[in-house]
Amino acid sequence: MTFALFVEQIINGLQLGIILFLVAAGLTLIFGIMDLVNLAHGTLYMFGAFFAATMVSITGSIVWGMILAIPLMLLAGVLLEVTILRTLYTRNHLDQVLATFGLILFFNELFLIAWGPEGTGIALPPWLSGSTKLGMGIELPDYRIVILVSGLIVAAMLYFLVAKTKIGMLIRAGASNREMVGALGVNIKLLYTAVFGIGAVMAGFAGMIITPITQAEAGMGEGFLILAFVVIVIGGIGSIRGAFYAAIITGLIDTLGRSFIDVVLLLVVESVTAETAGPAISSMLIYILMAIVLALKPNGLFPPRGA
Amino acid sequence: MTKTVLKVDNLVKRFGGLVATDHVSLDVEQNEIHAIIGPNGAGKTTLIHQLSGMIEPDSGAILFNDVEITQLSAPSRCHAGLVRSFQITSILKNFTVLDNVALAVQARQGHSFRFWKAAQKDQTLRQPAQEILDEVGLGDRSHVLAGNLAHGEQRRLEIAVALATSPKLLLLDEPMAGMDSEASESMTAYLRSLKGKYTMLLIEHDMDAVFALADRITVLVYGQVIASGIPEEIRKNAEVRSAYLGDD
Amino acid sequence: MLMGSLWTPRGIYNAVIIILCIIMPWLAPAIGQEFFTDVFTRTMIFAIAAISLNLIMGYGGMISFGHAVYIGIGGYTVGILSYHGIDNGWIQWPMAIGLCGVFALIFGAISLRTKGVYFIMITLAFAQMMYFLSVSIEKYGSDDGLNIDSQSQFGVPFFDLSDPLTIYYTAFLCMMLCVYITYRFVNSRFGMVIRGSMSNDERMRSIGYPTYGYKLTAFVIAGMMAGLSGILSANFEAFMSPDNLFWIASGDLIFMVVLGGMGTIFGPIGGTVLFLVISEILSNFTESWHLIFGPLLILVVLYMRGGMEGFFASLGRSQND
Repeated sequence: MTFALFVEQIINGLQLGIILFLVAAGLTLIFGIMDLVNLAHGTLYMFGAFFAATMVSITGSIVWGMILAIPLMLLAGVLLEVTILRTLYTRNHLDQVLATFGLILFFNELFLIAWGPEGTGIALPPWLSGSTKLGMGIELPDYRIVILVSGLIVAAMLYFLVAKTKIGMLIRAGASNREMVGALGVNIKLLYTAVFGIGAVMAGFAGMIITPITQAEAGMGEGFLILAFVVIVIGGIGSIRGAFYAAIITGLIDTLGRSFIDVVLLLVVESVTAETAGPAISSMLIYILMAIVLALKPNGLFPPRGA
Repeated sequence: MTKTVLKVDNLVKRFGGLVATDHVSLDVEQNEIHAIIGPNGAGKTTLIHQLSGMIEPDSGAILFNDVEITQLSAPSRCHAGLVRSFQITSILKNFTVLDNVALAVQARQGHSFRFWKAAQKDQTLRQPAQEILDEVGLGDRSHVLAGNLAHGEQRRLEIAVALATSPKLLLLDEPMAGMDSEASESMTAYLRSLKGKYTMLLIEHDMDAVFALADRITVLVYGQVIASGIPEEIRKNAEVRSAYLGDD
Repeated sequence: MLMGSLWTPRGIYNAVIIILCIIMPWLAPAIGQEFFTDVFTRTMIFAIAAISLNLIMGYGGMISFGHAVYIGIGGYTVGILSYHGIDNGWIQWPMAIGLCGVFALIFGAISLRTKGVYFIMITLAFAQMMYFLSVSIEKYGSDDGLNIDSQSQFGVPFFDLSDPLTIYYTAFLCMMLCVYITYRFVNSRFGMVIRGSMSNDERMRSIGYPTYGYKLTAFVIAGMMAGLSGILSANFEAFMSPDNLFWIASGDLIFMVVLGGMGTIFGPIGGTVLFLVISEILSNFTESWHLIFGPLLILVVLYMRGGMEGFFASLGRSQND
């Protein structure tokens, strides 16, 4: 384990954390404000990936393709909210889980038919394919820096929106006390649609910026969705701040765990055992983390509602 | 000599900056009805939540029959004999009236890790439950779903469930809540019939009921006890009148 | 009372399903659809898991989104023991069920500290953790799955689980046993406590029930019952794969229970039959059957709240009016 490798893995962990945050923030907002368990949030992440890939191939430009995909995400989110999810707000969690589970099955199949099992991707243009040397042997692919920076910018925009604007005030009020927002005489339906739209755009953005280094595939959202669940459970459901810290922690632990658990294990057991146990333990690490957090604080690290 | 059943010593509970319970001390003696009154937001419900073990006080102590129970869980307090009723009726709505009471009888009888015999045919549960229902005047309603009872009947069932656990001290959280004057009078009469058999700590808004029932009254305003004494003293107390009764 | 009155639409519906389960090995060849015997074996094995999920979800209000994990643990225990040459059923089965109990105890002890949506997500996350574990162990097949060379051996004459009829009726008897156990449990003193806590947990605590222990016990029992489903599945398919404990499998189980009717004794069986028969028919019709199945699921959730049991019960009521 060299120092350079260690730093690079930390950067990778932060990158995973920031992407996780983009998905988890919407999920936690939607739950906190509308009391909706939306399993199909991972589907929005998949939407983002495919919309961007399509737009990039139409425009021939990665920048324009992604920019154009954003209003598409907003549209998709709003449509989904107005047609189906809105009817679920008053239902119990079980109904919500099942209905959104049905949405996942439907959209995964639809995208599978449209793009086939291998899916599609976004090729990085030459000006983004290089890498930058930061000294001390640390070398980072340029596009990873783009992900990290753009993810942070979106996170900052969300922070600004929630902390400094009127709609943000309503969102904060809604997350801590749902009835109060209704009492304020706000158009609740519109607020809900707006919140869902924001969540959809953020999840979609996460999906699109990750696609150049992974792939756009049917079913890509669910693995990620479950990670996002872990994040918001650790962070405290309804808390954006909690989602941010938990996402970064989860991203770092998962990435560092996968890279270095063998090395750590070698200190205690012989190499054969380390090689077999390594991958198993590293894939379980964040769940173990979650279990520990919950055993100590059943409402997560930053529960938004008093109690 | 009378015996102190419940002793509350300097209880404090804060929610953020708000002191909901501010160094409250009081005691309840055997067989008396001790009422707690106070305007809305005086911290009555917060107090009863602490007494029944649903929330934990920040400091202070609760002694029940001379044993400290401040850290005890709600179910353990119930087994010790400290049983509460709820302000918002919280019966099991999809259970029959009889099942509601039978469950409380079952709780009293001890552990329920019995997996095989049908509980709804168990006469050791049904019979005592039916007797209690007869007592509170719900005897002929025992096979109705509790959710289908009229409001006043649900309030009675709430009391019946509490009684079925054989309490040594009943914590009654606004038993007259939402009742019209007729229903509330009949509830008052019923509670009076229990006097002497049970020790009660009564939280209530209905002043007629309180003055008709209580042996002693404690007045809570903004989390603090501003007066405590027999009804006559409270009626005359100037501070109480201005803080509370004057509002009426 | 086990099935309600028999001569009501609901009673007839349940009787038809049970009779179908009994006669399918003869009926299927007679109508020229022999594969339906296999479909029904699989159905009854899944029904055991659905029954166990219904015990905690339909009667205890615990929405476990990771219940398939116990099918996985049960099945992999059989598979892994068999891989190491231990094919004695007297060792395999108790060990598999015992392990499921231990895991359910650990997962339940942590999950039940939380409520509502936290509980849903945590049970999901624990199941996903075990899924990744099963994927990452190459020795036992990782994502290719684990072939099981021999069925559990009990050393009892004429009892050979590789024989289709034997496993069929073993699954049937196990299923009926689980239904009966559930029936006794939910009506016992223990069951009343669980059902009471689903209705109003705070009330139950205030009349003296430390509900956590009761719920955890139910959770462990349900985990062990689902383990039995895994054992039978491993024996029937002679194969276990991480897919068995994937979160989709847990979602399917929830749907089976809801489709059949939550909190009813026979509901999960009808739900499972319908689920697997629909998916079988749809998948014969088109490879992309999820395209129809997904919206179907949404429609059931939105418009058929009591599931099949509720539907037939309402038929019975309108007839009597």
